[in-house]
Amino acid sequence: MAQRTGETEFTLDPSAELAGETAASEIRGRSPWYLAWRRLRRNYVAFFSLFIFVAVVLACALAPVYAHHVAHSGPNSNHILEVVKVNGHPQSVVSVGGVIKGKLVASLPIGPTWFGGGGKFVLGADGSNGRDEAVRLLYGGRNSLLVGIGSSAICVFFAVVLALLAGYFRGWIDFVITRFFDLFYAFPVVLLGIALGSALAINGFHHFGISVQSGSLWIPTLVISYVLVPYVGRPLRGQVLSLREKEFVEAAIAQGASPLRVMFSELLPNLASSVLVFFTLIIANNIVLEAALSFLGAGVQPPNPSWGTLISSGRDFIVTRPWLSLAPGLAIVLTVLSLNVFGDGLRDALDPRAKVKVQH
Amino acid sequence: MLAFLVRRTIGALLVCAAVTFIVFLIFIVVPGGGPHGTAERIAGKNATTQNVINIEHEWGFDRPFYIQYWRLMNKMFNGTLVSYTSQQNVLSQIVDGIPATFSLTIGAGLIWLFFGIVVGVISALTAGRLSDRIITVLALIGISMPVFWLGLVARYYLAEGGLMTFFPDGEYVPLTQNPASWFAHLILPWLVLAVLFIGFYGRVLRGNILDTVNEDFVRTAKAKGLTPRRILLKHVLRTSLIPIVTLFGLDFASVLGGGAILTETVFDLHGVGEYAAQSIGNFDLPPIMGVTMYGAFFIVGFSVLVDLFYAYLDPRIRPT
Repeated sequence: MAQRTGETEFTLDPSAELAGETAASEIRGRSPWYLAWRRLRRNYVAFFSLFIFVAVVLACALAPVYAHHVAHSGPNSNHILEVVKVNGHPQSVVSVGGVIKGKLVASLPIGPTWFGGGGKFVLGADGSNGRDEAVRLLYGGRNSLLVGIGSSAICVFFAVVLALLAGYFRGWIDFVITRFFDLFYAFPVVLLGIALGSALAINGFHHFGISVQSGSLWIPTLVISYVLVPYVGRPLRGQVLSLREKEFVEAAIAQGASPLRVMFSELLPNLASSVLVFFTLIIANNIVLEAALSFLGAGVQPPNPSWGTLISSGRDFIVTRPWLSLAPGLAIVLTVLSLNVFGDGLRDALDPRAKVKVQH
Repeated sequence: MLAFLVRRTIGALLVCAAVTFIVFLIFIVVPGGGPHGTAERIAGKNATTQNVINIEHEWGFDRPFYIQYWRLMNKMFNGTLVSYTSQQNVLSQIVDGIPATFSLTIGAGLIWLFFGIVVGVISALTAGRLSDRIITVLALIGISMPVFWLGLVARYYLAEGGLMTFFPDGEYVPLTQNPASWFAHLILPWLVLAVLFIGFYGRVLRGNILDTVNEDFVRTAKAKGLTPRRILLKHVLRTSLIPIVTLFGLDFASVLGGGAILTETVFDLHGVGEYAAQSIGNFDLPPIMGVTMYGAFFIVGFSVLVDLFYAYLDPRIRPT
């Protein structure tokens, strides 16, 4: 309970702040962020998850290094006719198929060589193109993370702006924005993503002087950020509405602060902790959504790899070469789980009473 | 109650009208590309130039936008929307897929609701550190694991053609044709689709129960000398389940338009979702239009039903 009272001194409740001043000598220099950091520091599980996530990000960022110096291949380079030495024995990258485990296969890519191939084809080759699966896994991770993080940033940005507008001005602006949110609740997220993704995948987006080609990563990024705006915007709007009633906002308005100033220097700082938590959890959510859309063919377009497209193309070899679809799936689970655990920890640290959660 | 029903229905009809505009925007307006480009997109990959010109004329892409909208709605509501890649009627394909889709989603929904409630009650009764942790971990894994990947792995390891054969491999057998085989073919997809929700529901219900046991009416029930079992089942659980009903309504709708599409694709159940997924693979837009619009209509209608049921369960929140 002692911790609880310690916290209320740092809500932007003026009376609590006044009360806090009497004990200023004890609590000097401890901002809410410092207190949150202190709580987070004790949460080893959350820290370990952050470490895993950073490791995944680093590994994917270093994909070109791995491709160049270890695997001697690129994400889209074919090795169909090549032969690799595995533990001293030459093996062709793609061999002629046949009936394997009761199924007719046209061609069979090399299986995982693990440490026997001198860094080549560590996870085997993908399908009949003979591309290095490990290289594609890293490059695919790069795309998945780019789409996941990029779409979350865009989504959270628009959600915050809409929430601030709706919550500050109220009235008809709020009415229009909430109806817009409500309308998109009628579509399940994946279905809306499929509709937009497949409509735009064919010949891209060419409007308002913006031209996006059909194979671009911007399409899944924008589609995913767009479909999730209501899910972040609606709870944030609720928070803005309640903050709007607080005395410090009234004081700012009485001082003659402009609406923009109230929104961005009075309201926004108080939303920051929720926004941060939402951002973390939405990244996790978006990586799964991107994988689902790409798996169905409405997300990242081939030959660009992504974890979703890798699982989809590995499907044909699920019986003979299970690692082609196991590895990208494990990568998704690892990344998303670490983000979710870290996001939960962050939420508990920033505001133990908050009920910020991503749900659809 | 009647006023609520009428108001809710009118609201739903307005939403449906807006849905039609959004579908028009998504598929016709937003991708752009001029009349010919739009027609090319609708025509699909293997269309000849003549086909494209015909479509351009038939859909009115060379006319103002309200005519384009009108023609699209005509096709949607008369059920004359046709896929130009497969030459099949979209509505009849969707209708053919409905039994498989609903067999999958309703079965999975019942499983996750049942086990979610069991897990939630057990963990609330044994509220302590261990059950807490297990449920939290289950719920976290549930939201972190892509359902299509879990499906692939389950199919590979547990179904025919894989490592161990416990279940028949994919495909849908109509209930009317062979109930036993219908059931056997659906067990694995049901479990895959349901398992990811169980932890989450358990966690929510656990929280609700722990909040409810401190309410006054529970104390009254105890003071009356009711047995703990009766208090739990008649007083605590009934109140705690109300939020679960809303949650279930929302999740069921989102599974219909998401998880089911992926699960059907993985297990080759010939439902609406697999139809949509195949159409995406062929860049065949009319079926995707149809599935999006009819799907959204269904979900809007379904959410009205959920609201009515909710109002019936809990008179306090019944709007007047």
